[in-house]
Amino acid sequence: MPVMSYREALRAAMREELRRDEKVVLMGEEVAQFNGAYKVTEGLLKEFGPKRVVDTPISEAGFIGLGIGASMLGIRPVMELMFWSFSYVALDQIVNNAGNIRYMSGGLINCPIVIRGPANGGTNVGATHSHTPEAVLASHPGIKVVCPATPYDAKGLMKAAIRDNDPVYVMENTILYNDKGEVPEDDYVVPLGVADVKRAGDDLTIVAHGRAVITSLKAAEILESEHGVSVEVVDLRSIRPLDEETVLASVRKTHRVLLVEENKPFCGVDAQIAYLIQSRAFDELDAPIHRVSSVDAPQIYCKRLEDQQIPNPARVVAEALKVLA
Amino acid sequence: MAKPAVLTHPESLKRPAGPSEYAKNPVNAGMSKAEKVALYTKMARIRHFEQRCIRVYQQGKIGGFLHLYIGQEAVAAGTISLLGKDDHLITGYRDHGHALMVGMSMNECMAELTGKVTGCSKGKGGSMHYFAPDKNFWGGHGIVGGQAPLGTGLAYAVKYLGRKGSCICYMGDGAVNQGAVHEAYNLAALWDLPVIFVIENNGYSMGTSQERSTAHPGCLAKRAEGYGMAWDVVNGHDVYEVRARAAVALRRAHEESKPTVLEIFTYRYYGHSMADPDKTYRDKEEIKEYREQKDPVLLFEKELIAEKVLTPQKAKAINEAAMEEADAAAKFADESPDPTPADVTKDIYWEEDNRGPDTSSRGTIIFE
Ligand SMILES: Cc1ncc(C[n+]2csc(CCOP(=O)(O)OP(=O)(O)O)c2C)c(N)n1
Ligand SMILES: [Mg+2]
Repeated sequence: MPVMSYREALRAAMREELRRDEKVVLMGEEVAQFNGAYKVTEGLLKEFGPKRVVDTPISEAGFIGLGIGASMLGIRPVMELMFWSFSYVALDQIVNNAGNIRYMSGGLINCPIVIRGPANGGTNVGATHSHTPEAVLASHPGIKVVCPATPYDAKGLMKAAIRDNDPVYVMENTILYNDKGEVPEDDYVVPLGVADVKRAGDDLTIVAHGRAVITSLKAAEILESEHGVSVEVVDLRSIRPLDEETVLASVRKTHRVLLVEENKPFCGVDAQIAYLIQSRAFDELDAPIHRVSSVDAPQIYCKRLEDQQIPNPARVVAEALKVLA
Repeated sequence: MAKPAVLTHPESLKRPAGPSEYAKNPVNAGMSKAEKVALYTKMARIRHFEQRCIRVYQQGKIGGFLHLYIGQEAVAAGTISLLGKDDHLITGYRDHGHALMVGMSMNECMAELTGKVTGCSKGKGGSMHYFAPDKNFWGGHGIVGGQAPLGTGLAYAVKYLGRKGSCICYMGDGAVNQGAVHEAYNLAALWDLPVIFVIENNGYSMGTSQERSTAHPGCLAKRAEGYGMAWDVVNGHDVYEVRARAAVALRRAHEESKPTVLEIFTYRYYGHSMADPDKTYRDKEEIKEYREQKDPVLLFEKELIAEKVLTPQKAKAINEAAMEEADAAAKFADESPDPTPADVTKDIYWEEDNRGPDTSSRGTIIFE
């Protein structure tokens, strides 16, 4: 199987979908001539031309809203946000319009739009550029949110998102863009709402999404080699739809749970997961559920401290040992 | 800061209302008698539908907000009567006139107001959120100015699909101060999109007059110049004038794929919504003057009687029929059932409503 980067996997997904369906349009700031702020869309303008790959002004509310309007008439726009942090100036469009129109029209109108871009901290850029809004957005019925952690999932989820008939928000991660992995060349999708056991184990379940999966896998190796603990890592992949059954199956197997995410803890995704586990698998638990999330403060600029603020393998190992104690 | 002394108003508004100067304009002269009567009938139907809404509201059967269009009928009537099969429209929350103009029934509109499952949005949208995509009507939007990017996107899609069409995007005079509107203006002009931004200038945004909300209130349409867009000002009390001037913008959209801002001067007779006691921010005299001298339905009626297209008897019959239709709609709404508790979680995701081999989602989408 070919090996490619997370960035190339996203690009491959978009290229294949642009070829498959002429209603697919890529739009965003710097996506065309500049080849993408992170080079995710590199070469696509050359291949598909300016009708299909479109540079927009710096008007997130304007161009995202325009994409939503176009999607109501059957266009399938794939909109890049340079950072998901910038979604906040377009939140009315993203939430009120894309998220509500199907419902308010009694099911008469669909908004098959994809909005994608990086949503992560750890890049030493300060609080305004480090938001992870998956919990905020996934809390709105009508919206779907996915957070791929590997190149394989990045391609498969992106293709599923583009084919989906509802608004799907894909949260990528700049730190993962260069990560490499095996990615099939053929046409495959990773369905939304299917979690993936990234590592099997018996003693402890770690539930994570996005880059926290990679962090958790590193921690699992340390826990195995230095502490003799067998850890299962469940990658949610998709926040909404949520694969509850895969999470619960793992809990029933290991009976101990650690939740890891890069969000701030208050009302984070893991608050929902903890609720799920206690409501449907309370008797399976041999210990209280613990969490590792970002330290509850705006993102600090200082790199040395930011690396401590977000989950890292050392913090995950330390918290895992508490659950196992 | 000094306010501009010169207001850019349509010429016809500076004179007392009389016979329309636009009757001979080809878009109007070209209408058959039957078409003229049909247009008058639609305006009368909007008026009587909403008059009936007031009673239904006062009976406590309509919840939430109810924004009436009474006084503004010629704006929706004039513009929408020009539209063809690839012309679309979208508006804000003051949407009943547009809905009836595109051919939505009084029944489905009234039932939506009372939250019934027979409403146009199955009781899920309410007064501010009517939709009829089969009639190219894309809502009904509750957030001031939020529909401007959507309307621009509809025009973008029309162009992308290679159709000769347009989108009319209506908004109020208060909406022009929203950032999203300016972002939409810029995109529309930058990308030559066939969109017509219609500012329905009724003089007030809730209880705030333009002088108190808007820098350079002399002309809202003129802001188009900042984006290199064409603009025009229109007397919205005269449906013939609305048609004549909107037709120019529509041609610009169809032939040149270029946007226009049209500021249409109009007036609302009732409060901002039924919740507005309408006591603090304008004079009763002002309302009276508009009602008596510039009423768009009466002016058009007079016009058609003078043209001998209509007789007073025929006009009376049309109005009576509209009242009866509105009464029947109120009865229909009364007798219609509520949505069921199970309906609450339907129509959220296409995926959830159409589960099958094609769906790309598997997990739990709607949570308990
Ligand atoms: C973003 C937003 N802010 C405030 C409101 C509350 N609001 C609803 S209508 C309105 C006045 C708008 O006036 P205008 O644009 O002139 O339209 P009109 O009501 O006169 O038709 C306000 C402040 C809202 N719905 N959305
Ligand atoms: Mg107004």
